[in-house]
This record gives sequence, structure tokens and C-alpha cells, in this order.
Amino acid sequence: MGAQLRVYRRRIKSVKATKKITKAMELIASSRIVKAQQRVDASLPYTQELLRAISSAVSNGSSSHPLVTPNDSPKRAAVILITADRGLAGAYSSAVIKEGEALNALLLERGITPTHYLVGRKSLAYYKFRERAIVKSWTGFTDQPTYENAKEVGEAVLEAFLNDSESVGVDEIHIVYTHFLNMAVQEVRVRQLLPIDVVEATPAQEIEQLKGGGLPLYDFEPSAEAVLDALLPRYVENIIYTSMLLGAASEHAARRRAMKSASDNAEELIKDLSRRANQARQAEITQEISEIVGGADALSSASSGS
Amino acid sequence: MTELTVSVVAVDRNVWSGPAKALVAKTPEGEIGILAGHEPVLSLLVNGVVRITAVDGSKVFVAVHGGFLAVDDNKVRVLAEVAELAGDIDVLRAQRALENASASGVDSAEKLAAIHRAETRLQTTTAATAVTLHS
Repeated sequence: MGAQLRVYRRRIKSVKATKKITKAMELIASSRIVKAQQRVDASLPYTQELLRAISSAVSNGSSSHPLVTPNDSPKRAAVILITADRGLAGAYSSAVIKEGEALNALLLERGITPTHYLVGRKSLAYYKFRERAIVKSWTGFTDQPTYENAKEVGEAVLEAFLNDSESVGVDEIHIVYTHFLNMAVQEVRVRQLLPIDVVEATPAQEIEQLKGGGLPLYDFEPSAEAVLDALLPRYVENIIYTSMLLGAASEHAARRRAMKSASDNAEELIKDLSRRANQARQAEITQEISEIVGGADALSSASSGS
Repeated sequence: MTELTVSVVAVDRNVWSGPAKALVAKTPEGEIGILAGHEPVLSLLVNGVVRITAVDGSKVFVAVHGGFLAVDDNKVRVLAEVAELAGDIDVLRAQRALENASASGVDSAEKLAAIHRAETRLQTTTAATAVTLHS
């Protein structure tokens, strides 16, 4: 076998092995998207009911709660980035990081210093490499986040929000995550978590009800303040939880897409390489034949000449 | 007869929903009972058992660990971070958790919370078994 042919065959073998891996990853990601989507759907009832309860509590009770009152001159803001732990997911993490950079610039323009809370190893690596300061980071659960994970993040940002000191406390909390619209479309979104814009957070039909005076006047137990006090942190945790779930679904979708194009590329490469290998094989055969013919020719002309 | 539409939701799933005659839950100020036609209420819940009497008279017991209760227009919604149906509770595990947590002395808020959770679970199963024995 010719040297050239051997090189081609070796490359085909290695590309085939790679393709097997990417194909497997693609299949795994596809099955995980469905699961992640189910988790998003399962969390919806709680989110809806919670929003309903909050909008009625705010409209009935006091709206001067610190979590709903915007600070007139915000100085510092917390930015939460939801990224992946693992790579090979196309531009999933880098899109979030990029949007985070844009948000940073926007905040700085408004005279606000951003502080960072990172979820996922990818954003952490990005910030560490650039030696930027971060407040806190969480890793290890991004493809299957639980409510406990969201709670930890929520507690950390709430603590900063409720802290009045200039150097530690923050006046705004923003979250950057990837919204899962469907299998094919995911988009990076920025959302202001705190102070809560109750009107924006309320579903449209509820606003109609509020305007029509249709929302019932609640009796609060033990008191409107106490209920609101307990509701609002749940709201923050819930939004973070939902963002993480949507992010996880998007991560799997992005990985599936990246792995699909990798498999397609490998397929293409294999086709190309086998064509060349065949060509090399043909050339070798042709050469051998012409050598034999040439040799036979030389022999016969030598014998006829004698 | 008017009836209640009850839904018990945990953060990550719908635990129980359906029509019901009555519901009893535990708030910081004591137990609250809800029948059809109850005035709108938004209340906090403490760890405890939520008892639901379904329309056919059967009882449903749910262990609820903190959360909220919202009632309006004969719709009752129980929102809890963690909620479990009596049938889904692993009694042995809850007992073990209770023993483990109380054995080494209650010295942290976490342990206290663990004890409360285990106790709520056990209460729920006890209440559910009591009902099954009676009927």
C-alpha cells in the first residue's frame, strides 16, 4: 500500500471516530432538551400563582416595600450571568458573556458600578482569565439546576440588595440568561430582577382585572407587610430558578446544534477523504499496471531483438 | 352546590389539583379552614399538614413546608417550596432523618429545619393512615 493511501485511510479512521462522539453528544443533548423543557413547564404553575399573589398583594397592600421601590440615584448594580459549565455548545456561553459586557457598558454610562455574580464555569473562566473582580460564583449544576441552587444565588443577591453600605450593597439586580423559545430559537435576554417593576411583572390579563377593579380585596394573614416580605424573596428565587431552567434547555439546544453541524462536517470530510483515497488507490493501480506493461514490453523487445 | 377548585403547587411541579369541599391549612396564627364562599385571603403557611376533602368525601393529605395560601372566588391555591402527598412520603427515611437530626443535639437553624421537615412528613402520614383505618 502506498504511503499516500495509508495517510488518507488513517485520517478517515480518526474523523470517523470523532463523528461517532459528536453524533452521540448530539443524541444525548436532544433527549435532554425534552427533559429540560418538561422541567420548565412543570415550574410554570408556581410562577403564575406567585405573580398573581404578588400583584394582588402590592395593589392591595403597601407598595413602599424596599424591594419594589426604585432607588433614585443607584450607585451599584449586581449582574447575574447564567452560562454553561461545559463547552461544545456553540456560542451559548459567549453570547451571554457578550450581552453581559454590553450591560456593563450601559450601567457604567448611567454612572453605576456593576458587580458580578456568575453561574457556570464558562463565565467564571472568562472573568478569571481577565483577572476581573467577581463577588460570587456557582458551578457544577448548570445542565440540571435545582431550586436549591437558585435559592443560594437568590440569597446572595438579596443580601447585597438589602445591605445599605456604599461598598457592599447594590441598588439594582440584573440577570442575563438565554430564553428558550423553541427547539430552533433561543435568545439572550436581560431582565431587571430588583427593584421589581410590578406592572411589568404582572401578566396582561391581571392588569385588565386590576383596571376593572376585578381583583378581589384580600384579607392578609398575618399582615400585608409580612406576606409581601415573604413573597418577594420567593419571587426573586423563582425568577432565577426559571432563568436557570430556560438556560439549561437553551444550553442543550445549542449543544445539539453545534454537535449536529460537527457531525455534518465530519461526514463531509469523510466523503472528501475517501474520494481522495480512492483516487490515490487508482493511481497506484494504474502505475503498477503501466510498470508491468512497461516491464513486459522491455522483456519482449529484448528477446525479439536477440 | 358550589365547590372549591384547589391546586397545590410546589416550585417544580403540580402536586394536587381538583375540586374539593373543604381545605384546612396551618398559618402562623393557627389553623385556617376554607369552605366554598370564603372571603379572599392571602396568607402565609407554616410547616404542616394541608387537609383537603375532595368532592367525593375522600381526604387528601399534603405535607407542606412553608409557603402561601391564596383564596379568591372559590379558587384555593397552595404555593409551597416543597409539598408532598402523604402517599409519596418515605416514612422510614423521615424517621431516620428525625433521629439523625435530633441525636446530635439541636445546635443550628439547619438542624431545626430538618427536624421540622421530618416531623411534618411523619404527621402527614400518621393523619393519612388514621383516616384509612377509620373508613
